Amino acid sequence: MIDRVIDSRGLDSFDLRFMGLIAVILSVGVLSIYSVTHSQDTAFPFYLKQLVWILLGTVAFLVMYLSDYHKIARLAYPTYAVILIMLAIVLFMGKSSRGAQRWIPIGPFAFQPSEFAKLVLVLVLANYYSRASRVGWLHRVVLPGLIVLPGLLLILKQPDLGSGLSFLAVYAAMLLMVGVRSKALGIILLLSVMLFPFVWEMVWASLHDYQRERVMAFVDPDYDPGGKGYHALQSRIAIGSGELSGKGLYGGTQSQLKFLPEGHTDFVFAVYAEEWGFVGVLVLLALFIALIWVSLEIAARAKDTLGALLAAGIVAMLCFCVVVNIGMTAGMFPIVGIPLPLVSYGGSATIMTMASLGLLLNVKRRRLTLFY
Amino acid sequence: MATVGFNDSDLLDLQRRLVILRVGLLLVVALLALRLWHLQIREGPYYRDLSENNRTRSVVLEPARGLIFDRNGVLLANNVPSFALYVTLEDVKDRQALVAQLASLLSLDPDVIQKKLSTGKGGKLQPRKVKDRLTLREATLIESHRLDLPGVMIQVESQRNYPAGDVAAHLLGYVGEVSADQLEKPDFADLHQGSIVGQYGVEKWFDRQVRGRAGQKSVEVDALGHEKRAIVSDKPLAGDDLYLTIDAKLQKIAEDLLGEESGAIVALDPTNGDVLAMASRPGFDPNVLSKELTNKQWVEIVQNERRPLNNRATQGQYPPGSTFKVVMAAAALESNTVTPSTMVRCNGGYQFGNRLFHDWKQGGHGSVDMNEALIHSCDVYFYTVGQRMGIDTIAEYAKQFGLGQETGVELPSERVGIVPSTAWKQKARNQPWYPGETISAAIGQGYVTVTPLQMASVIGTVANDGVSIKPRLVQAVMNRTTGERAEFPPTVRGKVAVKPATIALIKAALADVVTKGTATRAKSSLVTIGGKTGTAQTAALRTGPEKDIPKKFRDHAWFVAFAPVDAPRIAVAVLAEHMGHGGSAAAPLAKDVIEAYVKTYPQVLQGVPAGGRAKSPAVPVDARPKT
Repeated sequence: MIDRVIDSRGLDSFDLRFMGLIAVILSVGVLSIYSVTHSQDTAFPFYLKQLVWILLGTVAFLVMYLSDYHKIARLAYPTYAVILIMLAIVLFMGKSSRGAQRWIPIGPFAFQPSEFAKLVLVLVLANYYSRASRVGWLHRVVLPGLIVLPGLLLILKQPDLGSGLSFLAVYAAMLLMVGVRSKALGIILLLSVMLFPFVWEMVWASLHDYQRERVMAFVDPDYDPGGKGYHALQSRIAIGSGELSGKGLYGGTQSQLKFLPEGHTDFVFAVYAEEWGFVGVLVLLALFIALIWVSLEIAARAKDTLGALLAAGIVAMLCFCVVVNIGMTAGMFPIVGIPLPLVSYGGSATIMTMASLGLLLNVKRRRLTLFY
Repeated sequence: MATVGFNDSDLLDLQRRLVILRVGLLLVVALLALRLWHLQIREGPYYRDLSENNRTRSVVLEPARGLIFDRNGVLLANNVPSFALYVTLEDVKDRQALVAQLASLLSLDPDVIQKKLSTGKGGKLQPRKVKDRLTLREATLIESHRLDLPGVMIQVESQRNYPAGDVAAHLLGYVGEVSADQLEKPDFADLHQGSIVGQYGVEKWFDRQVRGRAGQKSVEVDALGHEKRAIVSDKPLAGDDLYLTIDAKLQKIAEDLLGEESGAIVALDPTNGDVLAMASRPGFDPNVLSKELTNKQWVEIVQNERRPLNNRATQGQYPPGSTFKVVMAAAALESNTVTPSTMVRCNGGYQFGNRLFHDWKQGGHGSVDMNEALIHSCDVYFYTVGQRMGIDTIAEYAKQFGLGQETGVELPSERVGIVPSTAWKQKARNQPWYPGETISAAIGQGYVTVTPLQMASVIGTVANDGVSIKPRLVQAVMNRTTGERAEFPPTVRGKVAVKPATIALIKAALADVVTKGTATRAKSSLVTIGGKTGTAQTAALRTGPEKDIPKKFRDHAWFVAFAPVDAPRIAVAVLAEHMGHGGSAAAPLAKDVIEAYVKTYPQVLQGVPAGGRAKSPAVPVDARPKT
């Protein structure tokens, strides 16, 4: 089969650029994690752990890169089933933190299935749309929606609003890609607006206290600096006080002195912005844009629907996480607990993101064969 | 086969739609950049200020108070390290919970903590002292709970300590937290809630010198308000050291002589005013009073019937009794009311109008002159001369001796007693003076009241040939930073207008009081002593023999003395409350003090100053009247 033939020319400059961008962004992450946690006196500090995750992530990257993505896509449904089971396990026996159960403890580490669920969802939906007839409402929207639903519900039940929203974002991106007509999009939009109050009511009622507080904090972060709006305000202070050129490495008092909670995970961007200022922020944004641009290039040049959908889904997921994370740290969105890809500390997220990027490069690798 | 992907119109459609993603992405990232520009550039300075406030707290560094030494360099007050607990409200998340937690960890009343947190200057960023003198156990307990106690800081501070316990307590005084009222006053402007100031004794009188200057450090704190590192440090300046004039050993001896009784003993160097000892009993332990007392403890001390906080030497006002005859003798001779040879017949009583004033000796002393009247303390003699002089003449001389006014000793709230006169009575009582009242006043009863320090000064003035030197407690203050020592030279308070012959007569008579008069129990084999006994009647009616009278109605025993007679170097006043006769109860105490003094400083027997650390010159010779 011609589509099984792989590019034999090895890595080209495009690949190197792609991997170079990933490496630079990962370094920014490690540096920021080091900066914020270096004073902690632990035998195995966070930045070292993160290096281990990156190492494991590199393995995942290579595995996803070297295997044929068609084969990987075929494993989508069974993998999805496994993930659903794991999500269920998390609910019953997971490790909880701040009122949410998201982790399955494995030895000294904790495994977060909801992170992997995002990638698996991309695989499942790409697989579905590349095979199934995409004619009609039922097949375009409803059936894939039913595939998304169990995972979404399990994640929201944890509750993990951030991962849940990522799930919806992947689904929405896929719908967009497979060509839901503008008329249909309009109807969905209209329905959403009309249903919003009811959905809001349901969602609000089902939210945990800390989630409601976070939403309230978003609405008015200044009203109680010691309490509910604490995260949002401290994060804004961290970013804002960085000003143009930042306070320098280790100079971020907000994060160094722990005014900023979760400085090495969800709020790592604030740490970075405090220490490197607006200049650093523009550099990091440029790095992300470059990475996403290159990724979109891959999607655009994919040789088949599966590849294109996979690439598009992964890019959409990446975009969503970057935008929402930076947006929430900067106080534009409510705080929903989404890590900054490749930068935030976290095993599951790092490995998953690197695996996704491996898969992405895999798609690119196989398109060149067509020109032989 | 090879065209599966590229000929698929859906795929082309899909790839076209990626443009939407690109445009959307650029748009959203542009929005993010705009937001970050707003935060970091437009509002950057505002957030920088917020972050500075977030992380820095200015902590006051309490200065160490100056040390207090006696005249020989014996340490009377120093400082020992102690732990103090501060709370910064800004960092406190839940005030109620914190108060409850601290209350249980330190076994304190929650209301007390609340009050501490709500008083004081400065905003929420100003740390407030909640408790000092934490025990090591309490301090470690707090430290081990520090993660649950945001905003709580433990600082090591110096704590006042009085190594000798209750010795010289009334002189040294004690320290305590500056009160809210004090903070309003300009003298305390540089202080803040929790500052320690002297509240009594020289600690209070010299507080401005002793307190030192607080320093400040800016500490970088984390989100829990715990110190990470000090950024700037403005070192505190230790207070000045005080060198007292007292001899700690003599002080202790004087206090032990009074023992469990109430009373006062004052010993002065009449030539320079040095207070050598000033004992007041009952006393207190300043270490206890310098701690923060509970309301109950405080009430117990204040309402104690024996009033241990009262410095009887400067605040106790007693009728001088017969010790007043020293003043009377000078007044009578100088006002030419009598001559030394004027004789008065004493039959044991003095009839004035329809009232008979008794002499202390039934049957009387027979015919006595001034010399004999002093030696035997003849009341009738002084009734007579008093009556001849009139109250205003008595008052004039009493004032010259310094009665009715502050001695000026460096102790707060000194009382002045009363020197009655017609003007005084008109003013104080709005009544005319009755001649009969002069008779009581003539033997130091009636309206006349004095403090033991005043009487010590009176006898010292006599010993010093009529030159009255201001009693002083502090001879020098040393700046600990510069090492500079500021001496307080003796100051002449005044001169009594008496002829040398008058003084000589009185001194000789007082020497005879000890050798053959009313105070033979003060006779010493070591040194010649001159003195005068006194027995001050209390207001109560007296019936029956002394031993049947309840103690609190018994007379006060007085004895004032000086030694050596030829060149006096010590003047003593002893007042023993409710101890009966001066000759039996007070005179032996004065003798013991004088003997202890000459044993310690044998050079005084040769007329050489006692010395000690004080190198202050005595009053220049030419300041004294020529003899």
